[in-house]
Amino acid sequence: MGRVVLDHVTKKFDEVVAVDDLSLEIEDREFLVLLGPSGCGKSTALRVIAGLEDPTSGTVTIGDRVVNDVEPKDRDIAMVFQSYALYPHMSVRKNIEFPLRTRHVEPADRQIAVNEAAVALGLVGLLNRKPAQLSGGQRQRVALARAIVRRPAVFLMDEPLSNLDAQLRIQTRAELIELQRNLQTTVVYVTHDQVEAMTMGHRIAIMNDGVLQQVGPPQSVYERPANLFVARFIGNPPMNTMEGRVVDREGVRAVEFEGGCLPLDPAHAAAAEASGAKSLVVGVRPEHLAFSDDGALHAVITVVESLGHERHLICRLTDGQMIIVRQGSDVPRPAEGTAVRLAADPMHLHVFDAVTERRIDPR
Amino acid sequence: MAAELPRPSSAGRTRARHLTGLAARYLLLTVLAIIVIFPLYITIVNSLLTPGQIAARPPKFFPLHPQWDTYSRAWDVGHMSRYLVNSAIVTAFITVGQVVTATLAAYAFAFLEFPFKRTLFVVFLATLMVPFEVTIITNLTTVTSLGWYDSYQGLAVPFLATGFGAFLLRQAFLQVPRDLQDAAELDGYGHWRFMLRVAVPLARPAMAALSVFAFLGAWNQYLWPLLVTKDDRYRTVQIGLKQLRATSIDQVNVTFAGVMIAALPLVILLLFFQKQLVRGLTAGAVKG
Amino acid sequence: MSTIDGGATLGETRSSAVVGVEEPKRPPRSRRRMREIGLAYLLLLPSLVIFGVFIFYPFLRNFYLGFYRTPPFPGLPMRYVGFDQYRDVLTSTDFLDSVKTTVLFMIMTVPAGIALGLGLAVLAHQRLKGIGVYRTIFSSTVATSVAVASVIFGTLFNPVVGLLPWLGVNPRPPILDNPQWALPAVALVTIWQTLGLTFILMSSGLQAIPDEIHEAARVDGAGAGTRFWKITIPLLSPTIFFAVVIGGIFAFQTFGQIDLLTQGGPLKKTNVLTYFVYRTLRTENNDGKAAVLAVALFTITMTLTLVQMRFLERRVHYGR
Repeated sequence: MGRVVLDHVTKKFDEVVAVDDLSLEIEDREFLVLLGPSGCGKSTALRVIAGLEDPTSGTVTIGDRVVNDVEPKDRDIAMVFQSYALYPHMSVRKNIEFPLRTRHVEPADRQIAVNEAAVALGLVGLLNRKPAQLSGGQRQRVALARAIVRRPAVFLMDEPLSNLDAQLRIQTRAELIELQRNLQTTVVYVTHDQVEAMTMGHRIAIMNDGVLQQVGPPQSVYERPANLFVARFIGNPPMNTMEGRVVDREGVRAVEFEGGCLPLDPAHAAAAEASGAKSLVVGVRPEHLAFSDDGALHAVITVVESLGHERHLICRLTDGQMIIVRQGSDVPRPAEGTAVRLAADPMHLHVFDAVTERRIDPR
Repeated sequence: MAAELPRPSSAGRTRARHLTGLAARYLLLTVLAIIVIFPLYITIVNSLLTPGQIAARPPKFFPLHPQWDTYSRAWDVGHMSRYLVNSAIVTAFITVGQVVTATLAAYAFAFLEFPFKRTLFVVFLATLMVPFEVTIITNLTTVTSLGWYDSYQGLAVPFLATGFGAFLLRQAFLQVPRDLQDAAELDGYGHWRFMLRVAVPLARPAMAALSVFAFLGAWNQYLWPLLVTKDDRYRTVQIGLKQLRATSIDQVNVTFAGVMIAALPLVILLLFFQKQLVRGLTAGAVKG
Repeated sequence: MSTIDGGATLGETRSSAVVGVEEPKRPPRSRRRMREIGLAYLLLLPSLVIFGVFIFYPFLRNFYLGFYRTPPFPGLPMRYVGFDQYRDVLTSTDFLDSVKTTVLFMIMTVPAGIALGLGLAVLAHQRLKGIGVYRTIFSSTVATSVAVASVIFGTLFNPVVGLLPWLGVNPRPPILDNPQWALPAVALVTIWQTLGLTFILMSSGLQAIPDEIHEAARVDGAGAGTRFWKITIPLLSPTIFFAVVIGGIFAFQTFGQIDLLTQGGPLKKTNVLTYFVYRTLRTENNDGKAAVLAVALFTITMTLTLVQMRFLERRVHYGR
């Protein structure tokens, strides 16, 4: 059983709080991604699960038992490190075999397990090499093989792809998803890369400053970010956000800010008013902005970034604020310097309380 | 043997067991620390006792009435002041000399192209394989015939160049980015200016390491100063200790005070330049 | 020469294009090149002069001196004796005993010194509050010289005022005059004096091993003992190897401890090779014999180092 539960876990290093009252349930066979900027506490949380750090308070449960007092080796986990942490003086075979040796598995069984892992990860021809003789991608596979050879209940992975080049990263990403599906094992995966999080996780847990911000399936986190941090962290190019207050414009409720004004639908406006927020932040993703003759935002296109399959139009509002519009490459490329009017899809507006930074949902 | 763990993690233990383990570690460390430091500690204590107190049984482990005048006696009557000055002069001479010659040579090996470069580099490395002890016979003759017996030159000149230092600084110079050389050339820097304004400042950690290494080696020399000095006016502090011990045979406390005076410069060096010292001492190990 | 000459430098191409006629072939920038070569030799000169006069010349002259017997009284001429002197000195009991003593001394100091330094380094390589104090103490003996250590211990060993006799270690004759105990006593002083250096060396070796390797081993189920023997020791092997080689070289250069503590005695039981050279040179004024001993000292040190490299280095893992 690979269920992992963190219950009010706090980890302090002297006076620095790395993980702040983290409660999180990871289901058996779930692929959970811990996502956040560097220093947000995600790696510390992972190390607490591994038993490499003791929580200052709170409990960690793996399977059915509380493991606070259990050594890492007895937690039925395996870990893949960012640097792979291969034993440089041992051959690939010895590396993969190491966790079995320490557990006094019979040589014959070890042999079988190592060969299976080597086949699964395409390492058969490399078993007698030393780690230094391998490419980055091969090392990464050895680290994975060493982790799967024991068939642990839970895999912990700390930025395992960050040392690979871009192309290999995409390939390995897909392979990891497949591997997890085949092994039917729980995976807790730490990354700062939102693309990895979006593509790999069944759910993602976003952390900032040691505090859990939101947990949920990738798509719902993208569509309904719980707060401003998540809204700005997830999505590339990032969500456009503008701070302003609710005003009445010709009978329509709208959020007015220095560079313009965006109308709200009545349900959203009502919710915003009911929340008592003095000031609001409206967010709109680049793909939900479009040219429109009666658009509420006046802007000038300053730079057109063409990515081949799509374009990013960097525009400036009248007050100079930058706003990004995503556009398919099937429409004609607009000229830089063109003055345009932009409209936002009201169904895809995100509204946040500017003070608490929390999301306000329409009623 | 949980010692090589980088973190004192206590997973798998109850809090009480964790604390017991922690106490055991501190106890072990403290006992070992006392054993290691004891000879130095007892030296300080004995330097502040009277000879009678030193010989007393059971021994005294703390000076209740410290006799500070032992230090002034070692300083004046024991000539420790003279020895210290001599050591300082010779050590400074050697340290500066080694850093300068090594910098020049390393610059040539790192930045210049010239015939027989490889051969000459091998010659530099070959000096590391000849222990100084092997050369004393002829060196004594040479120094004597130059009229350098009992002189600062005699003590220092044989050590003014270092193959190890040249090697160390060459490694540091090779780390200077190629772009910087190109940029300096475009700016019209000649080799001397590039050496002094760019290469040397960038190699400062290695130069500091070499300086400390050279200082330590020069300060601790024993065999060579013993061979080429007879006159108190040129004796270095290490040989001076031998002399002091011989002359104050009935005043062990003065000998101990002399030991402290001899050790103090290195203690100060260790306290202020710990990082450079470690780098200097371990620089040899990285060659692999 | 055409303007599109693949091998020519930019400057050269341009000048020949302007002149438009063939120029005599001349290495490009030759004057600059000469100046660079001149500068290089100038920079190497100070070092080379010192090396030549004080290392290579005296080193090579040893071989030559060995062929001549030094006369018993100064003023008489040196006498050429070919290899006779080499044979006499190298087969003498004094020499063979001296080599034996030096090897014995090496065996007493090197393994024990490394084991202690490594042990302390491992103990001090923990994240504990105040560990810096312990590290400073363990490395403190680098601040001592051989002379300082010898004078301190000489007094500690003293049968009248020394603490060691008071603790009950009081053989007769006294330690430093005791044929059985003198060499171990000098070895002890040496181990203590070099402990700080060994500790620093081992500590920096330990610090070079990434934390993640130890953590991976913990997750992989290795206990403290397994981690020490299967991870720490193999990964530290280059440092240990270096310490062994340097320790061997140091042992053959041992001098100050002997001069200050035992003067080669009792019964020449501490007459290590370097001290033997010194005595021959200083007391006997016998340059020829000393030169033979110096040649032997060099050859043994060199052989020892090469043998260690040949047989020990194979077990060393360099992380490649």
